Amino acid sequence: MPVRLNRKSIRNKLVKKIEEISGQNVFQCYQCGNCTSGCPVVDYMDIPPNQVMRLTQLGEAEKILKSDTIWVCATCLQCSSRCPKGIDVAKVMEAFRAINLRNRDGILKPDKSDIEDIDELPPIALVSVFRKITG
Amino acid sequence: MKLPYFPGCTLKTDAKHFEDSAMKVMEKLGSPLIEMEDWICCGTVFSMTSDDLMLQLAAIRNLLRAEKQNLDELIVLCSMCYNTLKRAHQFITEDEENLQKVNDIMYKEDIEYTGDVEIRHLLNILKDRISFDTIKEKTQRSLESLEIGAYYGCLLLRPEEMAIDTFEDPDIIEDLLASTGAKPIKFPYRLECCGAYQTVNNKEVTISRTYEIINSARKAGCQAVVTSCPLCAFNLDQRQRETAREYLDFKEMPIFYFTELLSIALGCGWDENWNNLHYVDPMPILKERDLI
Repeated sequence: MPVRLNRKSIRNKLVKKIEEISGQNVFQCYQCGNCTSGCPVVDYMDIPPNQVMRLTQLGEAEKILKSDTIWVCATCLQCSSRCPKGIDVAKVMEAFRAINLRNRDGILKPDKSDIEDIDELPPIALVSVFRKITG
Repeated sequence: MKLPYFPGCTLKTDAKHFEDSAMKVMEKLGSPLIEMEDWICCGTVFSMTSDDLMLQLAAIRNLLRAEKQNLDELIVLCSMCYNTLKRAHQFITEDEENLQKVNDIMYKEDIEYTGDVEIRHLLNILKDRISFDTIKEKTQRSLESLEIGAYYGCLLLRPEEMAIDTFEDPDIIEDLLASTGAKPIKFPYRLECCGAYQTVNNKEVTISRTYEIINSARKAGCQAVVTSCPLCAFNLDQRQRETAREYLDFKEMPIFYFTELLSIALGCGWDENWNNLHYVDPMPILKERDLI
């Protein structure tokens, strides 16, 4: 998949917004891949965490916004704790989720029909999922 | 010495046995847990956005109410409450402007939050104030011969500044179990995520995590696993039903809260009502090891 680079698209408005919400400098990433190798749910992601960082650096943040990855991330903070550059990768993921949620674009509606075993789930699971992926 | 205690939503429902057993144990150790008044849900997950203070309010409101009740600390049992309250406290107190904004939003509360409430996990209280030596002395029924794995999960340890112990290689739960005579085993997946809230809309993620984590514990020689998080407990225990359906070689393993085993060890006994809150029946292993 070719990515065409130009001065305007790198650090575009969306990338700046991601940096602002997360408080992280995505350009610090040097692609060691520690985040991806430590991620316990990477098998279920369409774009692995190190590629999330790379695409954001290249100004392709729009792709991440539409990915499954940001919703599969369970915020376990393994990536953040292992990044040799001290980037809080989980905060970058959270920023992408936040932009979607602020546009009312979450992936789960808090509707009984959407959650199959809602009667069995503990409150702690429902509250956290409503806060993380419902919007 | 009474300890002010913050329960959180799930300790009153699905994890009632966690609260009950902790209450009994702390009573026995002479430091009863006294539930704070007027608490609300902490929000369960810390919001990691830097620009939205509204998402911190649930946690901060609890801290403010604790301060109003003249409490200078809150003891927490649930790993998620611990992480959320502690991080919200840190987030808000490291920036005076944010603290003022949050207080302005909560203008209907009688006082302003000044940031003087410390959040502590019960495990730290057991280690630092009660001491594991005291627990060893007070153990009436040794958990001898019980090979058990401590599952920390994420939120007791990450991020590093919140960790209840060394964040890459903690010993605190193992040391606690050892003081009751049990044989703790460190298994490879003890610090790995269980999939957390993915259990709601992405169940296959948690099922595969449960399979990996329980198998890792079994291969290391564990007979059971203890945890301190009601969401981990749900995923590791209740989700074993689906895990067994999905993976034909999967064998079930009982999951306990650390306080349940402490309750047995310190002579506070086992409450039969707790059985209903477990999916994998804990009775066979407890009977076999002559613990009840």
